[in-house]
Amino acid sequence: MRSLTYSQAISEATVQCMEADPAIVLAGQSVDDYKGVYGTTGEAFARFGSARVIDIPNGENAFAGIAIGAATIGLRPLLVHTRDDFMFLAMDALINLAAKWRYMYGGKRGVPVVSRGVVGRGWGQGATHSQSLQSLFGHFPGLHVATPASPADAKGLLVTALQGDTPVVLLENRGLYDLRGEVPSEPVAVPFGKGRVVRAGDDVTIVAASLMVHEAERAAGVLAARGISAEVVDVRSIRPLDDALICASVAKTGHLVVADTSWARYGFTAEVAAVVAENVPGALKAPVRRVTPPDCPAPVSWPLENAFNPGAETVVRACLEVLGVAGGAVPRIRNVMAGFAGPY
Amino acid sequence: METRQLLRSMVRIRCIEEEIADVYRDEQQMRTPVHLSIGQEAVAVGVCAALRTEDVVYSGHRCHAHYLAKGGGLGAMVAELYGRETGCAAGRGGSVHLVDEAAGFGASSAILGEMISVATGAAWAFARQEAPRVAVTFFGDGASEEGVFHESLNFAALHRLPVVYVCENNQYSLSSPLAARQPPGTSISGRARGYGIPAARVDGNDVAAVHAAAVTAVEHCRSGTGPYFLELDTYRWREHVGPGWDHECGARRPDEVLSWTKRCPIRRAADALRGADPDVDEWITAWEREFRAETHAAIAAAEAAPFPRVEDLLVGTYGDRGTHAG
Ligand SMILES: Cc1ncc(C[n+]2csc(CCOP(=O)(O)OP(=O)(O)O)c2C)c(N)n1
Ligand SMILES: [Mg+2]
Repeated sequence: MRSLTYSQAISEATVQCMEADPAIVLAGQSVDDYKGVYGTTGEAFARFGSARVIDIPNGENAFAGIAIGAATIGLRPLLVHTRDDFMFLAMDALINLAAKWRYMYGGKRGVPVVSRGVVGRGWGQGATHSQSLQSLFGHFPGLHVATPASPADAKGLLVTALQGDTPVVLLENRGLYDLRGEVPSEPVAVPFGKGRVVRAGDDVTIVAASLMVHEAERAAGVLAARGISAEVVDVRSIRPLDDALICASVAKTGHLVVADTSWARYGFTAEVAAVVAENVPGALKAPVRRVTPPDCPAPVSWPLENAFNPGAETVVRACLEVLGVAGGAVPRIRNVMAGFAGPY
Repeated sequence: METRQLLRSMVRIRCIEEEIADVYRDEQQMRTPVHLSIGQEAVAVGVCAALRTEDVVYSGHRCHAHYLAKGGGLGAMVAELYGRETGCAAGRGGSVHLVDEAAGFGASSAILGEMISVATGAAWAFARQEAPRVAVTFFGDGASEEGVFHESLNFAALHRLPVVYVCENNQYSLSSPLAARQPPGTSISGRARGYGIPAARVDGNDVAAVHAAAVTAVEHCRSGTGPYFLELDTYRWREHVGPGWDHECGARRPDEVLSWTKRCPIRRAADALRGADPDVDEWITAWEREFRAETHAAIAAAEAAPFPRVEDLLVGTYGDRGTHAG
């Protein structure tokens, strides 16, 4: 299999799906420029031109509704937001209409609008340009929410979204765009609701999404050096969530750490803990630990930003804690985005 | 205000932003994305010179010039870019979240159009308090496409609120030119007129013309007659975010950029003065020396200032009142 970057994988899925389905239109602010949204839209623009790859005015609120309207008439809009934070403006249409359309109008049709949102982080992106919205979008019945961590999943989950009949939000952490991995050349769909065991282990389960899957893998490597075997579960999609995989892993290890870039309260990590508590309450040999940003907006100042962003080190500490392994020095681990530099 | 004062203020902002651009690029210690207003100084200076301290200005992501023109503290701004505790937002907000309430700079924010509504709300409060104060919001041509622009203008016109909407039309939103985003034959000021708001469209690189229009706008608002709209045509010289030049990376055509650097607002103001004041270029040289030294001092002070303490990470998320302390 060839190796592609995460952004190339998204680009390839987009182009192949657009080739297969003339109803797909790609729309977003500056999708047609030389940067092509981190290299994910330029190829589609080169291939299909401005008839199908459309630079839109700044109007997230209306455009979410415009996409829904177009979908009811047979188009398949793929929207791109260069920060998912801008999707707050799209939420009325996405939540009050798209997520409910099928149910609220008597089950006749869905509106398969697919929205990609980029999660910024690092270089002082700050309070309104680095939020992870998986917990928020995951709350609403009727939406699917996916958080691809690997290039193969970035492709496969987008293919599923563009072939499905449900509105989908795909959240991409920008720290992942240059990540390489093997990606099938064909548009192979990766189903929502099917997690993957990234690394098998026996002592503790680390459930994670998106960027935190990589931090969890690094953490598992460090733990292995101390003789601790961690299992890393990448949920791939937030909704539907692979309850069975999570519960089976915790039933095996008896210990759970959940790691995410969205806040703990009412969040994805809370949901995973609840799923375990409800389904395998007897399996846990120690309380669950959540690794998330602390309960404040994202600060800009870099010492604060470093302290704010959870990483492999925090995951290691949490694992040692649930295992009751007394302290010992945790080595400093460079986080996945450590080399990231401005000006953006 | 005299053109000489306006010119001096533009030179100051230019020097500060150029210094910041160089240091940002070379030292990589300001870890917050900066959106520079180099080439657009006449808008900030011409408008803010028409305001009183108690008038309040709100801005968007490209806010340094507005903040400085309204009298925002340079040291606190530079310290903010360096993420220091002494920054105007205590290092928490960064380049796009400047604030200096004492100077009448209410806030800036990075989500397009937000401050159009916030300024409208400030004007609503001024009207209710019957205070002779004016709210001003700067925003781009791109932000005028957001729904909040229309909703805010409608409300301000309905309630005759004392707010000056200043659309800084630099013809681009990121790399998208206006023609890709708005219908031909229309204008942003025309849309304001559609809400019954008096509007003027002025050459935004002519600081004297901007200032004269702003004086009219502010007087109109202060007299309780309702909102006013200014559309000021200008051009951004650098890339959307960061210190580089767009035409060097192929985002815009070099001849287009050069045609606008020839219309430099500082050069134009200097040329206008030269007949009466043949020494204008010497003043400028002296000012530049003064302002570069001022900026270097602000940078040195910021670099010497402490970072926020990690123990204080959560401080400021909430105020003290209203929660059960138990
Ligand atoms: C709601 C929202 N959508 C998109 C963006 C991304 N964005 C940041 S600046 C910008 C361009 C804005 O253009 P304009 O308002 O003309 O201001 P300029 O950058 O030209 O000063 C865009 C699209 C954003 N910050 N907020
Ligand atoms: Mg603009």
